[in-house]
Amino acid sequence: MSETPLLDQVPDGPWPSFVREIRKTAEGMEKAKAEGKDVKMPGCAKGLLKQLEISYKDKKTHWKHGGIVSVVGYGGGVIGRYSDLGEEIPEVHHFHTIRVNQPAGWFYTTKALRQLCDAWEKWGSGLTNMHGSTGDFVYLGTKSEHLQPLFEEMMQMDPPFDIGGSGSDLRTPSACMGPALCEFACYDTLDLCYDLTMEYQNELHRPMWPYKFKFKLSGCPNDCVAAKARSDFAIIGTWKDDIQIDQEAVKEYAKWMDIENEVVKLCPTGAITWDGNELKIDNKNCVRCMHCINKMPKALKPGKERGATVCIGAKAPCVEGAIIGWVAIPFIPADKLKERVKEIVEPLWEWWDDEGKFRERVGEFLWRKGMGEFLRVIGQDADVRMIKHPRTNPFMYFEKSELRPSKVVEEHTKRGMKFKTLEREEEEE
Amino acid sequence: MATEKPSWWKTDFGPPKYDLFLPEVVKKNYGKWAYHEVIRPGVIKRVAESGDTVYTIRFGTPRLISIYTIRELCDIADKYCDGHLRWTSRHNVELITTDESKIDDIIKEVQETTGFPCGGTWDAPHAKYGLSNIIHTQGWVHCHTPAIDASGIVKAIMDELYEYFTEMKLPALCRISLACCANMCGAVHASDISIVGIHRTPPLVDDDAVRRMCELPTTAASCPNAAIKVKAKEKTLEVDGEKCMFCGNCYTMCPGMPLFDPENDGAAVLVAGKVSGARHDPELSKVVVPWIPNEPPRWPTLVSTIKKIFLAWANNAKKHERMIEFIERIGWERFFELADLEFSWHLIDDFRVPPFAYASYRVGTNFRW
Repeated sequence: MSETPLLDQVPDGPWPSFVREIRKTAEGMEKAKAEGKDVKMPGCAKGLLKQLEISYKDKKTHWKHGGIVSVVGYGGGVIGRYSDLGEEIPEVHHFHTIRVNQPAGWFYTTKALRQLCDAWEKWGSGLTNMHGSTGDFVYLGTKSEHLQPLFEEMMQMDPPFDIGGSGSDLRTPSACMGPALCEFACYDTLDLCYDLTMEYQNELHRPMWPYKFKFKLSGCPNDCVAAKARSDFAIIGTWKDDIQIDQEAVKEYAKWMDIENEVVKLCPTGAITWDGNELKIDNKNCVRCMHCINKMPKALKPGKERGATVCIGAKAPCVEGAIIGWVAIPFIPADKLKERVKEIVEPLWEWWDDEGKFRERVGEFLWRKGMGEFLRVIGQDADVRMIKHPRTNPFMYFEKSELRPSKVVEEHTKRGMKFKTLEREEEEE
Repeated sequence: MATEKPSWWKTDFGPPKYDLFLPEVVKKNYGKWAYHEVIRPGVIKRVAESGDTVYTIRFGTPRLISIYTIRELCDIADKYCDGHLRWTSRHNVELITTDESKIDDIIKEVQETTGFPCGGTWDAPHAKYGLSNIIHTQGWVHCHTPAIDASGIVKAIMDELYEYFTEMKLPALCRISLACCANMCGAVHASDISIVGIHRTPPLVDDDAVRRMCELPTTAASCPNAAIKVKAKEKTLEVDGEKCMFCGNCYTMCPGMPLFDPENDGAAVLVAGKVSGARHDPELSKVVVPWIPNEPPRWPTLVSTIKKIFLAWANNAKKHERMIEFIERIGWERFFELADLEFSWHLIDDFRVPPFAYASYRVGTNFRW
């Protein structure tokens, strides 16, 4: 009789099975050990199967909260995990995760991957996630005492691999493949992702904020890394000028494509016309949604004046409800992104760090504080593109300089009344 | 800690720079791609302005991957792809080659060695869309807060929808994603179909664990509904079950607040979210099934519900019409009918409203210059 009757039913069916991957690991690790390789945790994957079978029977997790585990000099990047069945299944008593900062765009060489695998065969369970939700290469399951020697091996790889973020820190930034393989990329997502990751190593490795903060970078509004939905600071490639049209290529498409019904009628602003000979776009009315470009990649391209929109505040529902990021900076030219993103994000972090509540994401913090104050903090002018429509209520704050001198103001001043203005306090002096 | 560090010792050195890992043809044509076309399910041809051509061949993976599988993929990439490969944002792996004649061999070898199917692409010009992989979280494999498993459910659903991954016969993109609790590691809240693990009973306070491991005021403050009171004299916490909404935020803060109930934990199903700007602004997903129980190892009720929703859309949507566009056209009342779902009072929002202001903020990038 099988030890795992429930898990035995998982591999049925055509989709690749994670149970098969765990079993393959269990066999491989035992074999490597038997061949005399230095394998510290040969029974770990098998232990995971035992525990998972119990979870499938009990219909609940058997993982406990992590304690503080880390590597020397870092505060984040290692997720402590212990089993509540540690006595019964000592192989998974400790089962910590290490987030390895992935290369931007998830491009690898086999040489680099083999080094990561060799180190993990020695120091860990042999199981990985390719990749974690934030984007890291995830080493899944090892003991506390293996963390440091493993990290030291990562330091000596060629090229070396560093650890990613976890807890209340900058999470590992991630980017779509951008200009490496995609003609839609409106800025260099890989370069900016690498630049921000390197610039903010301290913020990435040492949790110091009210809560987590995520950068995600997509090269166009198709947003293949879902930055708009899940990053506090989403950098979405876009353009300002006219869509580039190759009329000959449009005609090629017209030979078999129903341009009228599939392109013209699906334009959300009705900005396209097609007379059977020429495709015209009313670019003043185009919202750059990408539909027509997706449909006719040989004929249409984003404009030449390229850059990115920053959307702010996206997060999952915990705890004030889910947020899709909203427009904070309508446009930053591509060649100004490195500089401008830092000019915006650093004062934002400082403000949020000072005044944010414990476990308050930036989106919730800005809901509490208001866009007016936010724009002052980051030094950005208001822009009608930040909103769907202007406010529907008249409860507004004004700057002191906007008020006229009056007897009432004088009287308030005499009485020591402070009333809310949009000016920040330190700027009052 | 005054010990001398070895010469190779370093910290904060960051990830390897991406350009170390780019294939030569990618380096040469970086930022200079002219167009792409999907030549068959899973295979994308990318042509550069220089005329250079590269093929990316996409395979679905279970996300949890053995180092032995990675080595097998490396062997294949060494044999056919000059040692280069990449992963996508949806747990797919892509092998990259400039030689069209190698494509069949690559597909055959990856499938025979790893069992990973080729697919997950879509061809917008021809309005033929494939289903991509399901973004998902850790579940019972590794997480301490899940209300459902992740990998097991994904496996059962993808088995059922397999043909939609390996072929391209959908009217539009459909993003399916799963998060095993409301913390939602992953973009589950803006997907065409999303599955979210939910708890339905309050934390069962473990006084001893609370005393040993928790900071009382911060745990109490973590509750969005102010349902947790500090019992200072007893040095523990008390939950007002009338106010608790089972979000699990307190358990994230304090191991003494477990809220697992194997019979009552389960999955909610949400639909009609999206993140891309194409045709329609980004949207949050909306709950259409309040709760389905955990039924390991194959979750039959959840799988059949997802399939019902999926087919109601796939069989009735127009070309390029994603779930939200489809539902906005036919109406929610017709959607519940077509998908054979019961509309119940649970689905009428009674959580606190987001700030009024948020409704007027512009989400996404669809604005005019």
